[in-house]
Amino acid sequence: MSDIENVVSLKNVKKAFGKNVVLDGIDLNVRKGEVVVICGRSGSGKSTLLRCIDQLEKIDSGEIRAAGHLMGFREVRGKLVSLSDAAVARQQRDIGMVFQNFNLFPHVSVLENIMLAPTKILKRSRSEVEQEALALLEKVGLPDKRNAYPRQLSGGQQQRIAIARALAMKPKLMLFDEPTSALDPEMISEVLDVMVDLSKAGMTMIVVTHEMGFARAAADRVILMHNASIVEDAVPQEFFENPKSEHTKLFLSKILQH
Amino acid sequence: MSWSWPYFFDYMTNGLMLKGVWVTIWLSIISMVIGLALGILAALMKMYGNGLLRYIAEFYIWLFRGTPILIQLVIIYTGLPQLGIRFTVIESCILGLALNEGAYLAEIIRAGIMSVDKGQEDASRAVGMNWRERMWLVILPQATRTIIPPLGNQFNGMLKTTSLCSVISMQELMRSAQMIAQIQFRVLEAYCIAALWYLLLVSIWGLIQARIEAYYEKPFGSEEATVSDKP
Ligand SMILES: Nc1ncnc2c1ncn2[C@@H]1O[C@H](COP(=O)(O)OP(=O)(O)OP(=O)(O)O)[C@@H](O)[C@H]1O
Ligand SMILES: [Mg+2]
Repeated sequence: MSDIENVVSLKNVKKAFGKNVVLDGIDLNVRKGEVVVICGRSGSGKSTLLRCIDQLEKIDSGEIRAAGHLMGFREVRGKLVSLSDAAVARQQRDIGMVFQNFNLFPHVSVLENIMLAPTKILKRSRSEVEQEALALLEKVGLPDKRNAYPRQLSGGQQQRIAIARALAMKPKLMLFDEPTSALDPEMISEVLDVMVDLSKAGMTMIVVTHEMGFARAAADRVILMHNASIVEDAVPQEFFENPKSEHTKLFLSKILQH
Repeated sequence: MSWSWPYFFDYMTNGLMLKGVWVTIWLSIISMVIGLALGILAALMKMYGNGLLRYIAEFYIWLFRGTPILIQLVIIYTGLPQLGIRFTVIESCILGLALNEGAYLAEIIRAGIMSVDKGQEDASRAVGMNWRERMWLVILPQATRTIIPPLGNQFNGMLKTTSLCSVISMQELMRSAQMIAQIQFRVLEAYCIAALWYLLLVSIWGLIQARIEAYYEKPFGSEEATVSDKP
């Protein structure tokens, strides 16, 4: 497995908030087109891992390569130099992120949410971007919502728009942080369906979720995080039927109870 | 000398008075616009600036909020020439009003920025926006919604605060009233007309402000049916 086909490659990544160690030497490779599901109990560091990959948090040590970038740094004669805010922003364009609380831009319409970054940041032509945005709305099943404001949409609809917004930047990697945790049960599947479609289309995805149905259906690997470390990393069948870690067994028994 | 209606109505459309009204309007608008720019700058410096920038912003806000505008105006127009720094009456008024306004607006704008959900910063970073893009495309437009009502109040205040400029002989509405009052000593009539004009200006602004507020509230409107989810 060469480095070239890895869309994500983490080497000994460490991150602490004060004395609280949240990522304790994480190694992780994700190949092109792979879908990796991460689960683990609250506080185990799942969100922080995704946020570090997308540079919403700075890591303390280690190295993150994602979507072809050495995230947050550049190499100058073998030494790592921190990138400016603007340079980090250019790296972030190649990674899409979807949040638990959607975080749509509430002050602009649905269409503008999707078009804002491609037109204002990449300075692409409005008409061209609009065509793509409408196609994305079609893809997430909301073609008639282009003029609505986020406030007027249900949670499930907002999350699908958030996915469309991320895809509008044509990312090489998509990160999902509990995309369905804030949704009413009847809206979960409409979001998961979009994600399954995306995985079938070959998108490289890291998904933090406790939707084990999604993990079984779409994941190539399932990872369990426990106390800032990865304690299990297996194909779904192994993960669910023959886990190696005691933590995984305990986690599964709790998940399956309800 | 009792109240005289003829003088009253005559003063209402008196050329001098109307000129004062006009001066008050543009002086308020120009000072507000410059004050707004200063306020945004000071707020951003205070919130995101490194050491020195932040101290400069804090010092500026502290100084101009901590001293009476009247003293600021007098120092700028009458005091500074002592150091060889000379401003015309108009320049002094705009400078004083804008500097004073900026200090107040800085705090209002800072509160507005802080009212924007933290998730918006994450979301705008995640689509690849740099600091400037995050500010201008996402954070400030949303902060505007919180900022507009107190900003409107500030402009209401500004329309009336310009009257202090009469002290350094700026010929705005208040000064016009003074001059008219001195011609026939119809003091009450002259100042009542000036007061009425202020009322009118402030009322018109109230209507404009309501429209601006409605515009910025539109995306957040609760009238349209919203499907609720768990928070
Ligand atoms: N910005 C922050 N400042 C300080 N501590 C933080 C911060 N973000 C996260 N933490 C701490 O880091 C630890 C891991 O948090 P993280 O959000 O990554 O967990 P998680 O696995 O995503 O949990 P959950 O399932 O509840 O979302 C927690 O103890 C949390 O309190
Ligand atoms: Mg989390």
